[in-house]
Amino acid sequence: MSDAMKPRTFFLFVGPSLALMLVFIAIPLVSVFVQSFHVEQPVYRQVETERCTPGFPAPICTKETRTASVIGADGRPVTQRVFVGFDTYRVLLAPERLAAAFAPGGGGWRALLTIDFYKALRFTLTFTLITLPLVIGLGLAIAIAVDSVVQSLRGPIIFVSLLPFIITPVIGALAIRWLFVGDGILTRAIEFFLERDIAVFAQGWSIELLMLFYRVWHVAPFAFVVFYAALQTVNQDSLDAALVDGASRFERLRYVILPHLAPLIAFVALIHLMDAYRVFDEVIGFSSEAHVISLQWLTFHYLTPEGSADRSIARASASAMLTMVGIVLLLVPLLRRTWREHRRLESQH
Amino acid sequence: MHEAAALRPGPGLRLLTGGFLAFWLVLAAFPLLWIVVMSFKLPIDALAANPLAVVFGPATRAARGGIGLFDLALVVGVGLGAIRAVRVLKRSMSRPVALAVVAVGALLVAVLVVPPLAAALRAIPGLGALGTPFIGATLEHYRAVWFGHGFHRNFVNSLIITAGVVTVSLTVGTLAGYALARTGSRLAFWLLITALIFRALPHSVLVAGYLPPFLNSHALLMPLWQAPVLGDLLQLAAKEPPTLYGQPLAIILVLVSINQPFTIWMLRSFFQTVPTELDEAARVDGCTHGEAFRRVIMPVMWPGVITTGLFSFLLAYNDYLVCALLLDAQSQTMVPAITQFFNRETTSTDQIEAIAAAVSITAPLFLLVMVFQRQIVAGLTAGAVKG
Repeated sequence: MSDAMKPRTFFLFVGPSLALMLVFIAIPLVSVFVQSFHVEQPVYRQVETERCTPGFPAPICTKETRTASVIGADGRPVTQRVFVGFDTYRVLLAPERLAAAFAPGGGGWRALLTIDFYKALRFTLTFTLITLPLVIGLGLAIAIAVDSVVQSLRGPIIFVSLLPFIITPVIGALAIRWLFVGDGILTRAIEFFLERDIAVFAQGWSIELLMLFYRVWHVAPFAFVVFYAALQTVNQDSLDAALVDGASRFERLRYVILPHLAPLIAFVALIHLMDAYRVFDEVIGFSSEAHVISLQWLTFHYLTPEGSADRSIARASASAMLTMVGIVLLLVPLLRRTWREHRRLESQH
Repeated sequence: MHEAAALRPGPGLRLLTGGFLAFWLVLAAFPLLWIVVMSFKLPIDALAANPLAVVFGPATRAARGGIGLFDLALVVGVGLGAIRAVRVLKRSMSRPVALAVVAVGALLVAVLVVPPLAAALRAIPGLGALGTPFIGATLEHYRAVWFGHGFHRNFVNSLIITAGVVTVSLTVGTLAGYALARTGSRLAFWLLITALIFRALPHSVLVAGYLPPFLNSHALLMPLWQAPVLGDLLQLAAKEPPTLYGQPLAIILVLVSINQPFTIWMLRSFFQTVPTELDEAARVDGCTHGEAFRRVIMPVMWPGVITTGLFSFLLAYNDYLVCALLLDAQSQTMVPAITQFFNRETTSTDQIEAIAAAVSITAPLFLLVMVFQRQIVAGLTAGAVKG
């Protein structure tokens, strides 16, 4: 009996969710796209003034035209939206400086990484790609270790392991920062062993190392729980068969357990790819903006009014669009695989 | 028999595994434990070079007093009593309810019964020596943060936002999740793929889209308010069009929408575990899809709904980016508000106050894991196992 819903019923159920995603995700995306090609600027007009100084026989008068911004009824300058094409993108991507950096004697990578956008892109990509194998490796190691521990200890171990995962990201980053900042307890410990003074927050690479550590610490529990749950469903028969064939512990891990976990490793990798690319809270928690910034932080930065400078919506929109292009490029291979799988399943039916 | 022996790891491997696990547990818990310890100490102890001074806090003890053997014994007593109470209560009610009841009870006992009892015990001659504090502790940083700096207002804001997000998110999400689990249409597949792409979007991309209309919503919505019939109706609700920037209600909708892709994926995978025979039976009995959903499916779906609700809660509670950009100082939630403490860490007292604020934010999450550990684990694996 096919109990498929009628399209009308289906839309009644999905409607509210669809409407929310349309209004708060799809439409904002379109408007960000449009905003990135426009800038808000004050309206100027030409004012002609005549200045006269007393003279003989007639006063000497000079006429001059100035530009002045138009003041609206509310006392604020009137602004208008102007189409500027790819100008904002050009400001962000700085193609001239890019070319200059790689021209002979231009300074190469070092010069390139002084441009905010490339600096953020460099960090975001290395951050994503370095943490990925570490998260999967650590998660797998904990899962296998917990799987070999007596039953009664597993609950408490899972409880403690979940703490880094559940904690507010900014707070987790702060907790680790306070161990190292200034004369924090761990900075003191390292100084004791190295017998020299160190300052963890004075240079980019040590902050970046802490940020990588924080992310692995924060996400490994998620990988652990997923892998641990899957370990409970490993086929006992194939393990026994491997044992009869004389497989060593390592061989059983390599040829029975890991293939069983493969789809879940892909799942954790996909989720981690999406989340690590969005890296942001670490920059806030470690206050690393002077040394290390991420793509999402760059957009956040343009959206924050600072002092007398207003929010620069156009730049934020352009950097948001570039960030989005990046994540789509990263996801395309994975989505194509899902699509092929879907087609394969459909053709089987 | 032989096989079981071969499967059992040797002593060397067991030692290695145990050592690794112990290392991980210390790694996982140490940063959090350490900030909890620091938050109860005066700066001179909290930032001391000697770790033992941080733990025992001699300067704090000298200046502000602390916890003695009696207090420790009472705490342990209340703790053991709580565990016993949970065991007893679990027979008559579900585990989360029992834990919640006991948590509230233990808190009341700790606040109302313990201090007078400790004072009475200390008054007994000869026992006084045992009551002298040996661990320094003070609550003054918590008092400064919560009452001095108005953190309680941020707490209320967080409460409003998270409660709103969880309620709306689950209402909208269960409907969509159910429909997506019960249809085989191609459209549903595309909807889910689109949702997956939406889930990957960095949140700042969306906020860049919200900010201009939110700031100008008063002017943008004016035509609606001046429209002939609709305008009169809207004026009944609000005299003037609202400015959405800084509105908790608007932020609730934003966070619900951002979280919606994840919510429908997770709820769909939970609904798929509910056998279709159940709604088919209800349909045969003459129910519409709506009635089948309400009367037959929802009652067995509570575990899945609670789990999804937990993750919605975490998203709203932990959010920094959206709240920092779209809320103003009056309506700010706890997590963005903490930046005002650590950005002006000019004195060491400021730093300890920031730490106390951080611990205050973490405490509810700690309770959450304690009560809902099983549901959180179920949620983490639900997406994975069903794919």
